[in-house]
Amino acid sequence: MLARRIIPCLDVDGGRVVKGVRFVDIRDAGDPVEVARRYNEEGADEITFLDITASSDDRDTIIHVVEQVAAQVFIPLTVGGGIRTCEDIRRMLNAGADKVAINTAAISNPEFVLEATRRFGSQCIVVAIDAKQVSGEGEFPRWEIFTHGGRKPTGLDAVAWAQQMVEYGAGEILLTSMDRDGTKIGFDLALTRAISQAVSVPVIASGGVGNLQHLVDGVQEGEADAVLAASIFHFAEYSIGEAKRYMAEHGVEVRLT
Amino acid sequence: MPKSIVVIDYGMGNLRSVSKAIEHVAGQQHRVHVTDQPRIIREADRVVFPGQGAARDCMAALSEHHLNEAVLVAAREKPFLGICMGLQVLMESSEENGGTELLGMIPGRVKRFPPNMLQGGRRLKIPQMGWNQVYQVREHPLWAGIPQDTRFYFVHSYYVDPGDTRIIAGTTGFGIDFTSVIATENLFATQFHPEKSAGAGLQLLSNFINWSP
Repeated sequence: MLARRIIPCLDVDGGRVVKGVRFVDIRDAGDPVEVARRYNEEGADEITFLDITASSDDRDTIIHVVEQVAAQVFIPLTVGGGIRTCEDIRRMLNAGADKVAINTAAISNPEFVLEATRRFGSQCIVVAIDAKQVSGEGEFPRWEIFTHGGRKPTGLDAVAWAQQMVEYGAGEILLTSMDRDGTKIGFDLALTRAISQAVSVPVIASGGVGNLQHLVDGVQEGEADAVLAASIFHFAEYSIGEAKRYMAEHGVEVRLT
Repeated sequence: MPKSIVVIDYGMGNLRSVSKAIEHVAGQQHRVHVTDQPRIIREADRVVFPGQGAARDCMAALSEHHLNEAVLVAAREKPFLGICMGLQVLMESSEENGGTELLGMIPGRVKRFPPNMLQGGRRLKIPQMGWNQVYQVREHPLWAGIPQDTRFYFVHSYYVDPGDTRIIAGTTGFGIDFTSVIATENLFATQFHPEKSAGAGLQLLSNFINWSP
């Protein structure tokens, strides 16, 4: 039976892991290669790098990061952040990334997703969606797509947008609840379930994980195909292995290593 | 004796992952080449044939690089490892792209997973993306050191349905039980990606490098 995936996410700025990874026994917690290697050893099913480099001068550093990680860590690697052109995608894939996550560029130019999936195949194009609830208390729930870290509304309905992106060839949806991101109170399960039921491709739930039960809830109630988390793993609150054992004990099919 | 291992490059897929993983397990004593040159493929000791993307594009790219014959000869004569589309294009035809003729070396067809398959009451998502178990139907040198039902990484919407079930070396359950590995005398081909399957995948690649069919 296909396992639900657990995906640690690393924010990378200028080639360094930020938001402080805190493994006590790692020599350099800012080194993406060391951190990726550790997650691989713990049994991560994939690793996602989010390039948050602000300066365009430093953009190439993520290419070197991907090259170094791909030469040593043999699980799927996804890279998001700043993917705007087919040339960006080509360079990432050549560096050793397996998938790229497209976010803002899909909103400003949806045809880009169509072009990218035609050229590189759906299997390597992930569309990242940042959604926020816009319906009020007691109303039928509605979510819209936001950009700029959840500050800028686009007016796009999240469910309709996810469906459009899948029509355009997206092979996977990386769904982040901007209401929950950083809160540690769990995924937005209603949002996750709404998107997962609306599309035929896998959905990765993101935003809000604070404990291991949240991961189970994301799969069982949110119907997510994969769960992504950052801080609970970075601060070694839980190892990936602990997370998987907990999920297995609670009836979730996972890859135990 | 050093062996030359060739990874066939026809512009389809993540060759860097494949060549890096093979270099990782091959160590210093073997040479790993990534090439689109039929001559270099002919001279290789063993051949890896990866592939990603749509069936029609793969076939077009093989023709464009004049590789059909070199691939077929290698698949008949040398230790040969097909990966993902590198398995599928060996078959006769695919349902993909409204019907696509393939290399036709192995009798059988490539089919799409049926829509609306259920697992535990929930609709299965296509592509199958993630880690699934491979049931080793029979013993094989490439399974050495890999436990029964080990998980490997899959990304695909189509699967092979070989005409001769004796060539099946592995099966996987995803709504239906499908053929995830075939093996003939000198050929081993997997629907999953060993180069992305962590320790188990590296073990399989290492087994391939040491395989003497």
